Amino acid sequence: MTVTASRPVEAEVEPISSGGKFTTAAANYIDERTSISGLVKELGRKIFPDHWSFMLGEVALYSFIVILLSGTFLTFFFQPSMAEVVYHGSYVPLKGITMSAAYSSTLNISFDIRGGLLFRQVHHWAALLFIAAIGLHMLRVFFTGAFRKPREINWFIGFVLFVLAMAEGFTGYSLPDDLLSGNGLRIIDGLIKGIPVVGTWISYLLFGGEFPGNKLVAEFYSIHILLLPAILVAALGVHLLLMVVNKHTQFAGPGRTNDNVVGVPILPVFAAKAGGFFFVIFGVIVLIASLFTINPIWTYGPYDPSPISAGTQPDWYIGFADGALRLVPPGWEFVLWGHTWSFNMISVIIVLVVFLGLVAFYPFIEGWVTGDKREHHITDRPRNAPTRTAIGAAGVTFYAVLWAAASSDLMATHFKITLEGVIHTLQALLILGPIIAYHVTKRVCLALMKKDREIALHGYESGRIVRLPGGEYIEVHEQLSDYERWRLVSYEDYTPLMIRPNRQGKITGAERFRSSLSRWFFEDRISPITKGEIEQGGHH
Amino acid sequence: MAQHDDGGTNAAAGSAVEHSDLSDPGTAVVSSDAIQNPGLPPHRLRVTDIDPKKEKTAERNVYTLFYLSIVGSIFAVAAYVAFPITPGNTTSVRLNTLFLGLGIALGLLALGIGAIYWAKNLMRGDELTEMRHTTRGSDATRERAVEIFKEGNQESGFGRRSLIRNSLIGALLAFPLPGIVLFRDLAPAADPAKLLSHTMWKKGTRLTHDPSGAPIKASDVTLGSVFHVIPEGLIGREDALEQKAKAAVLVMRLEPDLLHASKGREKWNYNGIVAYSKICTHAGCPVALYEQQTHHLLCPCHSSTFDVEHECEVIFGPAKRPLPQLPITVDSEGYLIAQSDFHEPVGPSFWERS
Amino acid sequence: MKLTNKELPQHMAKNSSTATRRTRSRLVKSKGRRSPLATIALIVIGLVTTGGAYALFSSTASAETQSSSAAANQSSVDAGKKLFAANCATCHGLSAEGVNGVAPSLYGVGAAAVSFQVGTGRMPLANQGPQAEQKPVQFTDAQVTAMADYIASLSPGPGIPAKKYLGGNDDAAEGAELFRVNCAMCHNVAGAGGALTEGKFAPALSGVSAEHIYEAMVTGPQNMPVFNDKNITPAQKADIITYLKYLDKNPSPGGIDLGNLGPVAEGLFIWIFGLGAVVGVTIWIAAKAN
Repeated sequence: MTVTASRPVEAEVEPISSGGKFTTAAANYIDERTSISGLVKELGRKIFPDHWSFMLGEVALYSFIVILLSGTFLTFFFQPSMAEVVYHGSYVPLKGITMSAAYSSTLNISFDIRGGLLFRQVHHWAALLFIAAIGLHMLRVFFTGAFRKPREINWFIGFVLFVLAMAEGFTGYSLPDDLLSGNGLRIIDGLIKGIPVVGTWISYLLFGGEFPGNKLVAEFYSIHILLLPAILVAALGVHLLLMVVNKHTQFAGPGRTNDNVVGVPILPVFAAKAGGFFFVIFGVIVLIASLFTINPIWTYGPYDPSPISAGTQPDWYIGFADGALRLVPPGWEFVLWGHTWSFNMISVIIVLVVFLGLVAFYPFIEGWVTGDKREHHITDRPRNAPTRTAIGAAGVTFYAVLWAAASSDLMATHFKITLEGVIHTLQALLILGPIIAYHVTKRVCLALMKKDREIALHGYESGRIVRLPGGEYIEVHEQLSDYERWRLVSYEDYTPLMIRPNRQGKITGAERFRSSLSRWFFEDRISPITKGEIEQGGHH
Repeated sequence: MAQHDDGGTNAAAGSAVEHSDLSDPGTAVVSSDAIQNPGLPPHRLRVTDIDPKKEKTAERNVYTLFYLSIVGSIFAVAAYVAFPITPGNTTSVRLNTLFLGLGIALGLLALGIGAIYWAKNLMRGDELTEMRHTTRGSDATRERAVEIFKEGNQESGFGRRSLIRNSLIGALLAFPLPGIVLFRDLAPAADPAKLLSHTMWKKGTRLTHDPSGAPIKASDVTLGSVFHVIPEGLIGREDALEQKAKAAVLVMRLEPDLLHASKGREKWNYNGIVAYSKICTHAGCPVALYEQQTHHLLCPCHSSTFDVEHECEVIFGPAKRPLPQLPITVDSEGYLIAQSDFHEPVGPSFWERS
Repeated sequence: MKLTNKELPQHMAKNSSTATRRTRSRLVKSKGRRSPLATIALIVIGLVTTGGAYALFSSTASAETQSSSAAANQSSVDAGKKLFAANCATCHGLSAEGVNGVAPSLYGVGAAAVSFQVGTGRMPLANQGPQAEQKPVQFTDAQVTAMADYIASLSPGPGIPAKKYLGGNDDAAEGAELFRVNCAMCHNVAGAGGALTEGKFAPALSGVSAEHIYEAMVTGPQNMPVFNDKNITPAQKADIITYLKYLDKNPSPGGIDLGNLGPVAEGLFIWIFGLGAVVGVTIWIAAKAN
């Protein structure tokens, strides 16, 4: 219906009783100045599909809100300064020790401000949950193929958010200027110095002179509370906007097509669930923070370049980088043309950049290989895209090995094995693990597809054995309903690309490469069953 | 545009969008014999839809949860007052954190669970369907957009007036340059490579205890012990941390015949007392784990292992270079002193090092 | 730095040995909590030491402990010798001279080494491994004392630490700083232990008795370096003990400490329990109500 600007509100409010007068007036007041009724009309009844795995991004979003709230509280007490002070606060084992104002104020937050320690722990636990939820969300999107057209760009923005979140985490971890984070920074300094040509200068400028310098905390503070959050919020806005524009994907199911969305409306069901979920996430984080210690900086002590603690590790999301540093084989450093080439650092940077690059650009690569220009709003079951799932499993294994390597010393002490043995095993696993994971996963996926095909054709094994008049025993198969069968048979099926000459009659190298990738992707395939097969299947 | 009312007519998960580039399936197989979508299954009612008693119970549960949430928030405020922090008493911090946290958590969880429970059991329970539209704008919109750009180009002459355009691009490229230059003064005017090549140690600097700064007699360093050492005069310096980050040293005593000194370095130890840089040549962590029987030094960060018997060469891990040795001797009073600075830069490798 | 009066050499009197040592062992088991007995013992020791102690101040900076070469009474030494012959001589040799490639000589290791190694159950060794591990103690306190007396009678070495260093009521801040510089790299900054090369490890320090901590510092068991009294003075050792006892007595103000293993434990926790709980909630939210 088309009505003039202010009419719809009035038209709708007519039947409302006198009790709603204030609401009506307020709504009218606001709409006359903002035209917000249009927004409500557009979004209010937008449909959002209901599946547990679609809420992982929400977990990340809500953790981020908790981080913003708790972080703001912390800024009221934290002093981002490396100026030297002598501690005279409440914590006995640090009394009279010289430390930075940053560390001292963090101790004061922990020991002298009611709720200070609670909110430090809320902030840190929320940060860990934030990045973990992003990771799980990315895995969900990857394994269900939800990154395909038209969502490739949103995947990339999500990836940027992931990197920003890690950067936020690392800068925040360094702010208290404690021994643990200081040694983490020292490793970053070593890593930066290993970069050819510019490394020494980057380190020198970053630390404001020689390591550790006296300005890093202030620098990181600006980055942590201003620069990165601003970019993060902007990217988050685009991420959510694009999600609204593209609408959410949904799993294959009866009645769910590529051209519709089946689910609950934003008002009221989704809003209530999502709003409630925010409070649950907040509550879970506060509950964890009130029961479990995180980052007990008071035991670490102030940063001093001489001491170090056994078991010095970064927070989990930087673990893969630290693990990569540990797994570099001995001796990867050379002097060439009068300069030092620290391949024990460079190789790590290259491996991580290539790995992250593959993650960032995977949707574009797969889209190029399949050449599929259609929009995809139905997510794949992971088994129905065996090669993609296998690539994902290989990637996860690769990441997991690097991640595990960051705790090599803890594995050695807790499983009573040698440190050297752990490192050597992980070095081998870094290469072999992804290969094994790839092949096992692909075979498992294909086997599951075969099983699905069997079930779709012949039904479930019911476990009932009947004797036929002829004396033969058979097990009765129960046929599926159409609804059940649909879930098993509705998936995309691709064939390997045949190389064809282009208009000039030439076969380009890129096309040859694409074709070999395509063969690798789709060589092993199991087609969905067809109507014809079902009809025949009935006669078995 | 997409015209489907339900899924019934759509083959597989493919789209029926008409645009040529949007309907290109690439290497996907589009089968004419594919099974058809059976459409939405019938809606199943919940107990709260059928049984008014259950509905009443659900309603009671929801508002009980909301009241519980209020109790939690009030409890948190009470806990804030009832569990103050006594300076120096960590138990009071513990109790404050615990009860304040539990109150807030109860307030949040009960509120959240109540809302979700409400949505699940009392709000409408069936699923709705909304149509999708292709993401791209309609042909008319796109044509208009192209037109606008064309008009803009025409009216401004952006394409035509190449000098203006190119000089504009140049100006846009040049304007961030001052911003880059501004970052130079993040660090003082000095050559970092030179700074990295020297430490505080020089001829005659006494080796002193970390952190007290008390000098160390050679006779104090017994077999099997390890001393964490800083140069004399470090304490109180403005740049104490920066200097310490380069000058920290480990001193150990071995049986002199266990030391395999290379040529020219035989005199760098004093009666089996050796001093090595504590800063790992890999990433710069303090290599402080000394095993007094194997005479190995282990870096706790990335597990590089150095053999003190063989001039701290690397025997395991990602480090390449041995730890630099500080040549030491004793002064007339028997205190350990440095013979000179390190003969090479300490710590992680850097480009200009070689 | 405090190198003041605490620094003065302090020794237990020769014959304060067996009788008070039992009391001490019991005190030690109560993990540093101050009992009235400890106070009495401290006063007794204080009187004895100030009254009749002599300083043995060797140029090699050996020990701020009871150097009990001739200290113990003869009957205890004899008893120790018998116990040694029955339990230790197979590896260490009949007269503790050591067996090449099997076990070291025990000349000069002192009573402290025996008290630590046998008193923590590390000796007798059960089997060859990367290092001797802590096991249930196999001897009574008296037997440990007897063996310590016997080994001490062979050759001078670090003796049993004086009780005044074991009270755990000295300067925790000083102790914490020394601990970070000298100990944390192996034992972890919260005393949770850590890995060494080739399967060796530095054990966790929570719950270890003050006496054993002191003895470990002066004797340097296995691959642990020796921290003689010139490196870390007895007063400083007392500070370190004070800090460790502070950690034992004051659980983390933030709540359950997840083993003090730092970010690895925290990361695993958030993935398994944090994200686990959250995913559980998402499944509940998305599930259809009855």
